[in-house]
Amino acid sequence: MTHAIEGWFAVDADGVFLLGTRCAACGTVCFPPRRGFCPNPRCEGEDLKLTRLPRRGRVWSYTNACYPPPAPFVAAQPYEPVTLAAVELDGAGIVVLGQVAGLTVDQLDVGMELELTSGPLADGPLVWMWRRAS
Amino acid sequence: MGVGMHPWGKWGRPFLEYGVAAARAALRDADIAWTDVQYVVGADTIRNGYPGFVAGASYAQALGWTGARIASCYAACASGAQALDIARTRILAGLCDVALVVGADSTPKGFFKPVGGDRPDDPDWLRFRLLGAANPAYFGLYARRRMALYGSTPDDFAAVKVKNARAGSLNPMARYRKPVTAEEVLASPMVADPLRLMDICATSDGGAAVVLASESYARRRGARDLVFLSAVSTVTPTFPNTVLELPNFATDSSAAVPAPERPFRAAIAYAAYEEAGVGPKDLSLAEVYDLSTALELDWMEDIGLCPPGEADKLLRSGETGLGGRVPINPSGGLASFGEAIPAQAIAQLCELTTQLRGRAGPRQVPSPRTALAANQGLFGHGSALITTR
Ligand SMILES: [Zn+2]
Repeated sequence: MTHAIEGWFAVDADGVFLLGTRCAACGTVCFPPRRGFCPNPRCEGEDLKLTRLPRRGRVWSYTNACYPPPAPFVAAQPYEPVTLAAVELDGAGIVVLGQVAGLTVDQLDVGMELELTSGPLADGPLVWMWRRAS
Repeated sequence: MGVGMHPWGKWGRPFLEYGVAAARAALRDADIAWTDVQYVVGADTIRNGYPGFVAGASYAQALGWTGARIASCYAACASGAQALDIARTRILAGLCDVALVVGADSTPKGFFKPVGGDRPDDPDWLRFRLLGAANPAYFGLYARRRMALYGSTPDDFAAVKVKNARAGSLNPMARYRKPVTAEEVLASPMVADPLRLMDICATSDGGAAVVLASESYARRRGARDLVFLSAVSTVTPTFPNTVLELPNFATDSSAAVPAPERPFRAAIAYAAYEEAGVGPKDLSLAEVYDLSTALELDWMEDIGLCPPGEADKLLRSGETGLGGRVPINPSGGLASFGEAIPAQAIAQLCELTTQLRGRAGPRQVPSPRTALAANQGLFGHGSALITTR
């Protein structure tokens, strides 16, 4: 299935993974994956290895879009509020924003555990999403 | 030396008109002629085509070419602060005596959208395409985080709007001039949970301008009521920035390097305090960036008025309202003005200056001496100004 963006996430038999980079010199993790130089200003690392990021994390915060977001977002008809969560990935010290599948804001809490999945945008291509941790 | 604004609203006219009107008002206020201006800086607007990208030249042409030195600059919401910074630095370097700084915008209806076209290499475009994350989504995340960490409530957020709407009702330049009640805020439609329509600032048209001069030039011209621009901090975050910022998908990672002692927003104010040689206790008033009601509470803590988690209490005590010890957003804030991006930081300076000169009429803060304005531009342009008299 087409991904809404190439190289940011992978779907295979092991599940859905965000693809980030890890600096070989200092261990700094980035999402989305980065090319060139490590963002740590005190690191001269240029060897940024593509890595699968932890699939689980805890909700840093969450919200929703009660009105259809403007283009280039393609809103479903009829529109259901898009739920968003910023999730702090286990052990990576990084917070990643994504749509939430199958949960509304009333079912979310800061600190709650979520895991990665994927789901389609209204016009078809897949994007990474968060769902209730199994 | 002088400040000027075009009233904010949805007028539907070209941004140049607002900017030129504000510039003329500032020149009149400074009692100097346009032909006296040695340096002109325009804060750019990206939604208004070529003239907006080269705003400095657009204003200079509209006012009449004079051969003045010129600059145009874009730093999203910090554009005005950066324009002021450039002019101030040039004056302090002795390269000119008097400069005009102008910012204005004409905004479309509804949410700010990314620049058009199919641009999958632009994170600002991608956040809409992949997530539908408009600006209010980020404000919603901050607000919900605040509720979880500090126990803030939608009532607290509504109280910010009530306070700012009251101040805005006393400001002829504000777009919204009607006082509101907490009930009205809490009954307005939800936009980005937990924020409602009246918690979030609108987009507006508007313009603001200031005449900046060296002290010796101002005195030579017989200017009175001098207000000193004691600091302009336009700083980047320090790695790793562990707060999710517009328009990003993720924070920096703190896995290899611990988060800095001062988060980005606090660092913005601190850099200004350091440059001006003052501290939060010296403030008589502040204009902070209330993109949402909840964000004003965050800023109160970030500029050091109270420890983290205590802004709600300070708000409820009335100390940040008109008549309180340190009024926040006595202009009415973005809640009453709305966003006109390149004009905002300049408009904040207009309010600080008007207050310090004692000319703010019914919203006047008694005998202010030191004031701060803080805002923040997309992609890590922090900015704060401090004025003293
Ligand atoms: Zn590194």
